[in-house]
Amino acid sequence: MNTKHDTISEKIFDGFNYFFLGLLALVTVLPFIYIIAGSFATEVELMEREFFIFPRDPSLSAYHYIFSTDTVSRSMINSVIITVVGTLANLAFTFTMAYSLSRKDLLGRNVIMNLVIFSMLFSGGMIPGYLVVKELGLLDTYAAVILPGAISAFNMIIIKNFFQELPPGLEESARIDGCTDLGVLWRIVLPLSKPIIATFGLFYAVGHWNNFFSALLFLNDHEKWPLQVILREIVMLSQMAAGDMSAMDPNFVEPPDQSVKMAVIVVGTLPILMVYPFLQKHFAKGVLLGSIKG
Amino acid sequence: MPGLLYFLVFKYLPMWGVLIAFQNYQPFLGFWNSEWIGFEHFRNFFANPDFFRLLRNTLILAVYDLIFFFPAPIILALLLNEVRLAYFKRIVQTLVYVPHFVSMVIVASMTYVFLTTSGGILHELVELITGQSINFLADTSWFRPMIILQMMWKDSGWGTIIFLAALASVDMEQYEAAVVDGANRFQRLIYITIPAISSTIVILLILRLGSFLDNGFEQIFLMTNSLNRSVADVFDTYVYFVGITQGAFSYSTAIGLFKSVVGILLIYGSNRLAKRFGQEGIF
Repeated sequence: MNTKHDTISEKIFDGFNYFFLGLLALVTVLPFIYIIAGSFATEVELMEREFFIFPRDPSLSAYHYIFSTDTVSRSMINSVIITVVGTLANLAFTFTMAYSLSRKDLLGRNVIMNLVIFSMLFSGGMIPGYLVVKELGLLDTYAAVILPGAISAFNMIIIKNFFQELPPGLEESARIDGCTDLGVLWRIVLPLSKPIIATFGLFYAVGHWNNFFSALLFLNDHEKWPLQVILREIVMLSQMAAGDMSAMDPNFVEPPDQSVKMAVIVVGTLPILMVYPFLQKHFAKGVLLGSIKG
Repeated sequence: MPGLLYFLVFKYLPMWGVLIAFQNYQPFLGFWNSEWIGFEHFRNFFANPDFFRLLRNTLILAVYDLIFFFPAPIILALLLNEVRLAYFKRIVQTLVYVPHFVSMVIVASMTYVFLTTSGGILHELVELITGQSINFLADTSWFRPMIILQMMWKDSGWGTIIFLAALASVDMEQYEAAVVDGANRFQRLIYITIPAISSTIVILLILRLGSFLDNGFEQIFLMTNSLNRSVADVFDTYVYFVGITQGAFSYSTAIGLFKSVVGILLIYGSNRLAKRFGQEGIF
């Protein structure tokens, strides 16, 4: 809508608009940049504010420190296990259910759809959910943080709608060539769904990596804590898990408190920052799929 | 069908489990043998002075959310929509989406690191400007602004996606016709752009009202400390503290159930209201 006759006031508005949006973008990313920079800084530099973006004397001591004990590495391993296994479980559960529901010949299809939609509006709440996991004997297992969220009803409905829009002729011809139900899903539908699998796989993976609540609720065993819980312990409650410090080298100089915290934050964010370019390619499309009414 | 089993076990079993709100549930007696006591937990809860504090905190945060956070993505989307340099728009979008993917723990941790009175950079900045040392993390009057600002930082950018999509579907000819009729940019905004996204706004508003009493457990939980508890406690966190950490399962289930029922009433209510005003609604 570029018109030739821009008035003065429109030019002022444009100028202000660019300035404001630019500032906003800066405010959004500066905290990340500061945290990353700070994680490489020394105590003196941090206290005296001698640097802004680039520490004068970058050091890895904060990273050495957090990996000198098992706490952080172990929690990272836990997070990776939960993320990988959890995402695979999410995809398996969500796609099989979405595919079944996309088939018009499924018995009781409407009833099941209504059950799903109702579950989006009403839930038993935290305590009954907790008791179910407890009664199933899943407390303190990885399954407790993976299974209760195995299907996001919202995602499932989007994927179901996607399946329904695949041309029916494809399936018919596969059947004529002798494909079974599973064969159709495996050989025809899934290869066509690669982009959507990637999108939701990434969404689910980010969700698992960032999940804090389920771990807090279901995992009492410190050994199984994912990184997000450890992150909170270190940054907000200011403690490394007990017992680790005593085993350390007495000559080891403790790096500044602040940069240790920043380093842990960086470690907790890094995977997201790494997948972000991939995510970004897909998410706008993925989200918009959801705005199509089912 | 594993999917169906999933919904039955993890969604519907808990719904059936809310019945323990009417019991004096004892874990060692189990669901079948626990004593039924009717509405006693509800009566106790409403009679408890905590109830009004929780209601107050929950409602104030929800109202702040509607006034300050809800419009933010709309305004941002409208501003972005006015940008004509495609690459500038893309850069801004790319950057403001990032915080959405970061965990609440990270957001809370960064807030702690920046605002701590021992060397937090923002704390020092404020001290430099105002000459006062404000303990943002403990001060009760800063709790709510802090929560809303965190939400704005994290999700206003992400929230623009749906509005930008609605804006992209506006017919260009309408703008051209308006220009021929002599409409300036502000008039085009009021008469074309805003009506074009109003149905999207209404749908999102209904969805928001439906979860009016959900203040975001993780965020509140992470930002609560012993000093700001009087303003920080909301239904969700209270259920956690009373239910999980103190083991009062039935009582806290009753609180959760109260919240869910109010939420459902709000969804239906706001949906009907939207329909009365000639909007589509969600069902």
